[in-house]
Amino acid sequence: MEIIKPLSQYLAVMLLSPLLLGIINRVKALFAGRRGQPLLQLYFDLHKLLAKTPVYSRTTTWAFKAGPVIGVSAMVTILAVLPFAGRPSFLSFEGDFIFIIYLLGLARFATVLAALDTGSAFEGMGASREMQFAVFAEPAFFLGLTALARVTGQTSLAGMFGALTGDTWRVAAPVLALLTASFFIVLLAENSRVPADDPNTHLELTMIHEVMVLDHSGPELAYILYGASLKLWVFGSLIGCMVLPRHSGSWATDCGLFLLVMAAVAAAVGVVESAMGRLRLTKVPYMLITAFAFSALALIFQMGR
Amino acid sequence: MKIDHLSSFNFGAVDLDPALFLETAASRLAAGGRALAYFALPEGTAHRLVMAVGFDRESRVEVYSALFTGPLRALTPSFPQLHLFEREIWEQSGLKPEGHPWLKPIRFNTPGAVPGVADYFTVHGSQVHEVAVGPVHAGVIEPGHFRFQCHGERVFHLEIMLGYQHRGVEKRFIGGPDKRSLHYAETLAGDTTAGHAWAYCGAVEALSGVNVPPRAQALRGVMLELERLANHTGDLGALAGDVAYLPTASFCGRLRGDFLNMTALVCGNRFGRSMFKPGGAAFDLDDALLKELLLRLERTYRDVENAVSLLWDTGSVCDRFESTGTVSKEAAEGLGLVGPAARASGVGLDTRRNFPYGPYENFTLSVSGSGDVYSRAYVRWLEIQKSVELVRGWLENLPAGPVEAACGQLRPDSAAISLIEGWRGQICHFAVTGPDGKLRHYKVVDPSFHNWQGLAMALRGGEISDFPLCNKSFNLSYCGRDL
Repeated sequence: MEIIKPLSQYLAVMLLSPLLLGIINRVKALFAGRRGQPLLQLYFDLHKLLAKTPVYSRTTTWAFKAGPVIGVSAMVTILAVLPFAGRPSFLSFEGDFIFIIYLLGLARFATVLAALDTGSAFEGMGASREMQFAVFAEPAFFLGLTALARVTGQTSLAGMFGALTGDTWRVAAPVLALLTASFFIVLLAENSRVPADDPNTHLELTMIHEVMVLDHSGPELAYILYGASLKLWVFGSLIGCMVLPRHSGSWATDCGLFLLVMAAVAAAVGVVESAMGRLRLTKVPYMLITAFAFSALALIFQMGR
Repeated sequence: MKIDHLSSFNFGAVDLDPALFLETAASRLAAGGRALAYFALPEGTAHRLVMAVGFDRESRVEVYSALFTGPLRALTPSFPQLHLFEREIWEQSGLKPEGHPWLKPIRFNTPGAVPGVADYFTVHGSQVHEVAVGPVHAGVIEPGHFRFQCHGERVFHLEIMLGYQHRGVEKRFIGGPDKRSLHYAETLAGDTTAGHAWAYCGAVEALSGVNVPPRAQALRGVMLELERLANHTGDLGALAGDVAYLPTASFCGRLRGDFLNMTALVCGNRFGRSMFKPGGAAFDLDDALLKELLLRLERTYRDVENAVSLLWDTGSVCDRFESTGTVSKEAAEGLGLVGPAARASGVGLDTRRNFPYGPYENFTLSVSGSGDVYSRAYVRWLEIQKSVELVRGWLENLPAGPVEAACGQLRPDSAAISLIEGWRGQICHFAVTGPDGKLRHYKVVDPSFHNWQGLAMALRGGEISDFPLCNKSFNLSYCGRDL
């Protein structure tokens, strides 16, 4: 019956991840003095979109339709590897952190291809920006995970976070703090949050991620929105596992605490979005280079420890 | 010929020989003049060109006119500020300005013309690409077509093509003034109701020689400044929204509404419609209303101060605003920019100071000099403070007396220029009467007419992703330009 727990973790993520965006929006509304949209708005949107018939432009091909499907499948696959509350999911193997980086890359590739397939000047611009910033975000993330592998001596995500305990924080606090900061910056950039991107804007010329999905509609748009919420969960849960090393020994307590931490991560994103403006596009790489520097420093500290 | 704005003059007296007209126009513009209006008015089968030149420092307005039957020499190559004026003359009268560098329609109102269908400026090269935006936009804004010639993210050139909002409203004034004229004036640009209504009333009052009572002048001042407050506050909020800075964006949206509601308290309409009428004001204030307005003014201003100072205290916002979309002082003067956009580039032009009218005396102007988005935002904040001070002063010391004087017949064969500082900048109305004392021609120059080219220049060499922010920092009117 050991499959029950990973499976229920997996289903919980599938169910709860759209809630993160609800929390972010609520926090932002609070800061702005508004009441804000319902916490479950994304669920309503997904439900509405799934019932719609998609519209396709005549210039698009199969690549356009494949983009959202590949994107959401990649995220669903990552979840099978991703630890939950420091506990392994049902698929976990040595070196799986490289596997998820490639899956993230695959999802990005499919989205960009779908965007280019529309032949729109806007979407081409968005695709070019997405790739340009990925060049900076991916190394920061990869190097961060490598440093974490060095800290814990493990090469599977579940292993890394399983080995992470309060004691590790006591002996390697600078390394772990740097990594957490680096992952948080990557989270903001990869999930098109302020200050890298503005998820609320309607101005195509300033968009990065949103502009690539402008032509999608109906269920495919639902896949994209859902995939984006899963992606937010993926990055959020890495931070959650970092700052909440296991373990009380009780599965239920761990999971409950972890869900609270996830809500806190979402709230932190909301606070960042409320407290600062968006960077100008040319400065986004600087922010990502900072994340890269944090990861590199963490690795160097770890080597010298 | 030198004339006074807001007072009528004999239209026949400004007539010149065509060759002398062009020569005089060129020399006056070269001497530091700024074209307030330059238009053609039909006279028999020929057309009379009329140019009004303003000298801001000397508070001097000059008007020249000449009868043309054939092509004329374009002055645009020497004076870029005439660029759009000459295109307008060509489109409306058929008089061709020879040597105009970019002669194409601006409103597409001639038979067979379709808005937006024209040759565009293009840049060629292996990695140059074109981005076309509009005329249908993602937000609830007016239609306009924007073409960017880009190299990656960098903009080489932006061409702005408008004309979709053309209604032919200037023509509707001809034969007036009648019951509808004032309402046409109020809707020339919906967010500048007070500005355009005042400019129209000013022209009609000048032509009929009526003196507006001081109380009405002060009330008009209150309406105009409330309009400025509402729009500037809304703009600062929108600028914050464009850089995803939530607090200011949300609060300013509400505060703009508070100012609009104050306007509604006076005249029953949030945009100030029906407040102005030739000869005075349509509504008076009683003591209770005065108190209420003062109370609301203080309260709203305090909130605006809190919301707006967040902008200047937030590093990420300042960083985003600074050195984005810079328009140099030379460019601003060369293109004849007006209003906050010009003052943000260090041009010392404010109609309230340079060409005083109504209740404005000893007005000091707010300039914030570097020409970028930050300056255009900051100059708005300075003007908000100034406007609050003005409104408070008028409300506290409202002159006693009537709010209306009877407005009689217009003088025949006369003309009048009316200059008003709307919230976007200088509004110019030029009215000409025929022998019957009816309006023979009515020319409106909205500040947007001057400033759209400024937006195009702000983008040159900049990032295409900065366009929405620059656009918001100018916040120009489409219908005010298309008329």
